[in-house]
Amino acid sequence: MNSNGKYSLIFNGLFTIFMVAPLVVVIGVSFTPTGYLEFPPSGLSLRWFRAILDNPDFIDAAWISLKLGVCSATVSTIVAVPAALAIGRERFLGREALQALFLSPLTVPTVVLGIAFLRLLSLLEINGTFIGLTLCHAIIITPFVLRLVLSSVVGIDQSIEKAAVSLGASGWVVFRRVTLPLIMPGVVGGWVLAFITSFDELTVTVFIVNPSTTTLPVRLFSHITQTTDPLIASVSTMVILFTVALMLLINRFYGLDRLLMGESR
Amino acid sequence: MNRLASAKPWLLSGPALLLFLVFLLIPLVMTFLLSFNSFSFYGGIEESYGLGNYIEILSDSYFYEIFLRTFLIALGTTILCVLLGVPEAYILLRMRPFARSLMLLVVLGPLLISVVVRTLGWSILLGNKGVINEFLIRLDLISSPVKMLYTSGGIVVALVHVMIPFMIIAVWAALQRRDASAEQAAESLGASPVKVFTRIVLPQAMPGILSGSLIVFSLSASAFATPAILGGRRIKVISTTVYDEFLNTLNWPLGAAIAVLLLVSVLVIMLSWNRLVEKRYSGVFE
Amino acid sequence: MSFLEIKALTKRFFDMTAVDDFSLSVERGEFVSLLGPSGCGKTTTLQMIAGFEDPSSGSIILNGRNLSKVPARKRGLGIVFQTYALFPHMTVEQNVAFGLEMRGISGDDRRQKIANALDLVKLSHLAKRFPKAMSGGQRQRVALARALVIEPELLLLDEPLSNLDAKLREEMQLELRRIQQDAGVTTLLVTHDQSEAMALSDRIAVMQNGRLMQIGTPFDTYESPKSSFISNFLGKSNCLDARLISTGDDGAKLDVNGIQITGPAVNLLPGKVLISLRPERIDIVDSAEGVLPARVLERIFLGDQWLFRLETTIGNLLVVRRNRGRREAEPGETVHIAWLPEHLRILPQSQENVA
Repeated sequence: MNSNGKYSLIFNGLFTIFMVAPLVVVIGVSFTPTGYLEFPPSGLSLRWFRAILDNPDFIDAAWISLKLGVCSATVSTIVAVPAALAIGRERFLGREALQALFLSPLTVPTVVLGIAFLRLLSLLEINGTFIGLTLCHAIIITPFVLRLVLSSVVGIDQSIEKAAVSLGASGWVVFRRVTLPLIMPGVVGGWVLAFITSFDELTVTVFIVNPSTTTLPVRLFSHITQTTDPLIASVSTMVILFTVALMLLINRFYGLDRLLMGESR
Repeated sequence: MNRLASAKPWLLSGPALLLFLVFLLIPLVMTFLLSFNSFSFYGGIEESYGLGNYIEILSDSYFYEIFLRTFLIALGTTILCVLLGVPEAYILLRMRPFARSLMLLVVLGPLLISVVVRTLGWSILLGNKGVINEFLIRLDLISSPVKMLYTSGGIVVALVHVMIPFMIIAVWAALQRRDASAEQAAESLGASPVKVFTRIVLPQAMPGILSGSLIVFSLSASAFATPAILGGRRIKVISTTVYDEFLNTLNWPLGAAIAVLLLVSVLVIMLSWNRLVEKRYSGVFE
Repeated sequence: MSFLEIKALTKRFFDMTAVDDFSLSVERGEFVSLLGPSGCGKTTTLQMIAGFEDPSSGSIILNGRNLSKVPARKRGLGIVFQTYALFPHMTVEQNVAFGLEMRGISGDDRRQKIANALDLVKLSHLAKRFPKAMSGGQRQRVALARALVIEPELLLLDEPLSNLDAKLREEMQLELRRIQQDAGVTTLLVTHDQSEAMALSDRIAVMQNGRLMQIGTPFDTYESPKSSFISNFLGKSNCLDARLISTGDDGAKLDVNGIQITGPAVNLLPGKVLISLRPERIDIVDSAEGVLPARVLERIFLGDQWLFRLETTIGNLLVVRRNRGRREAEPGETVHIAWLPEHLRILPQSQENVA
């Protein structure tokens, strides 16, 4: 293994500071005892964490985001797994077009998706409803699920399934006992990535929520654009902690590099 | 038998196809049609079709400025991401496994943290009484605060932070397949570390740099949260303009026309970039 | 009728014929190898027997049962795949149990069968392991146990040893033969490795371009190859252009590059032929007994033997000599070589002089 030289390490150090600084600042600010944003904080106080409890708006929004993340990731996984099996396995006319369609939400600017969803949901008169949000989020996050499931489907040695067939297993048994367990890492990884993406989503969501379905990122966004007080920092700190905990969990069981960069081992 | 074989993939992708038809293709077509409608302040959206919105946008220097600013911000972000992301990806690849997985958490982790939260951090750092200005004043490097918040430059810095993981991932993917002994071979032939990087590593990283640039550029051009929070009311970009038209002015047709122009320009840039890359690199990298 | 009857099996992909009019009879308990270079159609043949490919025409009859319309999962064949294809999420025991589960065998009966199968492949002590934690040779045994536990009428082996290193491969050859004989199962092996085919099988079926070229015991096939392709594919061989002058009860008279030599009588018409001479049948001898003088071009030491490349008036020849711990001729030296006429094989150069 090559090792990096002195300048490389200095560069890496500065880069790390650049990546971490905004997060450190947010966490630092949230511990201030004063009523304004200051860094470094003049003291350590949990005042603004207690203040979260007095703001049911944020807590409600967090619940909605959690529920939305779980529901949309699940819907997306349910439709993406069979689609990935078709695209990864079968050779058929239209296969590439189908794959391009399912990955297209990554290329269409999110603001365009946002207004398109707004237009549809208001015509269907389900704008601002939870079900509308769930289905729109499912569209945005399906590419992530599809990509991860697809890479695990393609990675399967097909003779493993042939072996199961030769031992007498029917199509459904092969799927349940062999195929599904083998693609499970991709399915779980895809679900988690989809959940996080939905949980963080702002640009599309900001167009299609109403006051009763406001998600956490939307609540944070509208709060920041109106006032900046340390409350926003303490809520953000909670978001950071939650995401980091999820991240460590993924890293432990799946590998963050694998989740974000595709199969690399 | 044969007929069944051809129906199977469509049955499997049926549910996803239905979802995408109803919730993606139809709304996109509707938005496209909406952009040809007209709008009056009292009557709302009118069921008439014309190019009025497009003519309004293309003839107004106000929109012209917004489009130009958006693409300049995206370009600046892309260039900075290349300059910082490529060396960082290479350094990461050369690290020992343990240090590398730790650094990957630092580099890729922010990708999973809400953009709103990350941008909040930048607004605390960049403000007139923000961390950076206070720090520089205390060191007597500057006497009065440098204006960074509510400038395009501030937006670019924060966007680099948001987008650089994509660049690193793309370059990483390209470099991971390389044969590391080629660098040792260059060294054994007398190349300095800088020469090894520019003559051996960089050419192999090129496909990743090109695809990463495309991702970073198109995501930056359509970014919303960062310019909305750091740009304030005055520094508007395309997405924040669309947002204002839809949720403040309520002129949906005009907003839709701006959005369609954004979509079209992003698609045109992507396709021509891809064509350029294919021409230049066809067959060189398998 | 034989236990396994393959009749006129043909597989066409678009305009390419992968398997062409392939017929083969295998007796119960016999071990037959399909041997050939990659792309010769042997794997396609195996896939058709297994039921993963539909034949374009022809039939496969196993123990009186026509398999053509039977789906793969109901054929009841044991298959060992090239990649072993073990279920990575199941332990050794669960892998072996899978086929029994599919047959609804449970309880003590299942346990007993699993124990016997693992015993047969000597893996009883690793029953709870996952395939990931095993060596290549051990995985190979698991794959065998999994295929044998369902007591298949026919065992299909698809290049089963190609993923093992050379030393382990030799060990597993002996092991595989023992297991097959213990289980008494009729076996079809697909391989491109001639030494594997010769070591394991009762009979070898050599395939080329989708066709069956020759079938026989390993000894017969090695000793009497029907074409220069087979003589080169099975072991090493010196093949030379020659002209057949005459052939009769007293043997054949040949002209090789102006030199008259004799060989065994053949059923060919005079004219252009090929002669084939195994390197180990050529001897380096004293000048008095020699047939031809030869100059040593190069020699390679292989431990148990020497490999020489010699220049002679009939062409360059490879000669193998057992290492007897004595000094051997060095490059540049002139030696004399000899062989017994009956070790010469005379092969048709084309179809024209086949009598």
